[in-house]
Amino acid sequence: MNNIKDVILQYVIDEYLEDPDEEISFDTPLISGGIVDSFSMVSLKRFLETTYKIQLPDERATPEAFDDVNSIAELVEEFIASN
Amino acid sequence: MAYSNKVRGIYQDTLNSIEEAGLFKTERIIFSSQAASIEVEFPVGAPKKKVINMCANNYLGLSSHPDVIAAAHKGLDTHGYGMSSVRFICGTQDIHKELEKKVTEFLGTEDTILFPSCMDANAGVFEAILTDEDVMISDRLVHASIIDGIRLAPAMRDTFKHQNMEHLEQKLKMHADKRLKVVITDGVFSMDGDTAKLDEMVVLCEKYDAMLFLDDSHASGFIGKTGRGTHEKCGVMGKIDIITTTFGKALGGASGGCVSGRKEIVEMCRQKARPYLFSNTIAPVVVSGVLNVLDTLSKSTERRDKLEKNSNYWRKGLLDAGFVLQPGDTPIIPVMLFNAKLAQNFSRDLYEEGIYAIGFFFPVVPNGAARIRTQISAAHEIHHLDKALKAFIKIGKKHNILGKTKKEIVDMYGL
Ligand SMILES: Cc1ncc(COP(=O)(O)O)c(C=O)c1O
Repeated sequence: MNNIKDVILQYVIDEYLEDPDEEISFDTPLISGGIVDSFSMVSLKRFLETTYKIQLPDERATPEAFDDVNSIAELVEEFIASN
Repeated sequence: MAYSNKVRGIYQDTLNSIEEAGLFKTERIIFSSQAASIEVEFPVGAPKKKVINMCANNYLGLSSHPDVIAAAHKGLDTHGYGMSSVRFICGTQDIHKELEKKVTEFLGTEDTILFPSCMDANAGVFEAILTDEDVMISDRLVHASIIDGIRLAPAMRDTFKHQNMEHLEQKLKMHADKRLKVVITDGVFSMDGDTAKLDEMVVLCEKYDAMLFLDDSHASGFIGKTGRGTHEKCGVMGKIDIITTTFGKALGGASGGCVSGRKEIVEMCRQKARPYLFSNTIAPVVVSGVLNVLDTLSKSTERRDKLEKNSNYWRKGLLDAGFVLQPGDTPIIPVMLFNAKLAQNFSRDLYEEGIYAIGFFFPVVPNGAARIRTQISAAHEIHHLDKALKAFIKIGKKHNILGKTKKEIVDMYGL
């Protein structure tokens, strides 16, 4: 679980942060906090799907479910388990 | 009638919060034609004032050029005032077809379709040519009208960091399985005045089998040796699949826009682009004006050369005076002030000195990147620029920012 969280956090940092000094953690609000916009959420979803060989249905990949690294990791765990 | 007090209250509250956030926009009334020097009333009721205009998109100074006006007059006589029809019913005259042909030649593409505006071109094109099997990958700083167009299209959306080619390549790899891929960028970015790296983008698009989309609204007519646009400057004419541009800036400044590019794409727009199908045709008087503009620009590079000279002169003057500028080599030259309040005050003080230049701050530009955006025109003469420079220096001294670095300005004023 930790590992998944770390991987996701690193992806978010590389993908979305323009300022390398900005710090975020597992519970930083990403979408409601304006770090990830709805346009760019797609690439996060695709990254998770290809990295963890899962399919996240659109109705589960909501802005709420993607709002922080903790909840994204939970969602990913759930789909890995049901694979 | 259901405009109840409740409804009115909701809007009033929203408007109040816009005002409280310092985001309320007001128009400044101009009592002259568009030119290097204009007569402005601001705020409403204040005495009219003659000011040097440093914030129009009138890059080539053609908005009030006598030749353009004469051509428009002539078009009015020969082709009438309006067409009262969309293009495909009874709104296409010979001059509309002629303009499409001229734009195609000017931009070096295969075909062109006119739209009521470039906003409409951008709003219509993606939906017309893409399906849910496709992907759009856009620079994170593209113009708002492109963002709207992307929203309207059924294809998947993704972005890459501004001008970051490694990131773009990652995205192209990631979306390799998509049927069609379109990479989307502005030619010259209107807030920073930087130029897209089209040469590198063409290479990436060829490598990953993606189309390249370019909005050249802030470039058509003056960027590149003969003013064809960013693709000329980057040496990739003929290699851009989709170009949108406006006639509402350098090319006469009236209105209208187009999609120019591969002929199948243009034809798809004729069949399916909603702003083309469901909005009125460009007025004949405007078409006649733009035809004249393209004629003039195809014959001589005099105006874009003067613009380039003016822009270099202005940029150098500001740098020598000790301002922090956004790097670039276009007529869009942002003077960085970083702090929003400082940008507002600076603009107000300039106006007092007879210089009209606008401050931009969050949310139009990122927080902490407030600036005065100056835009140079071929209509400016050196004496205009000298006067403006004197005023910038005077106000720069007043706020004690000349010769200061970004850090020093931020330390003084905050972000
Ligand atoms: C990059 C860009 N694209 C499109 C537009 C819209 O052009 P038009 O005024 O023709 O709708 C603008 C104008 O603000 C622009 O800056």
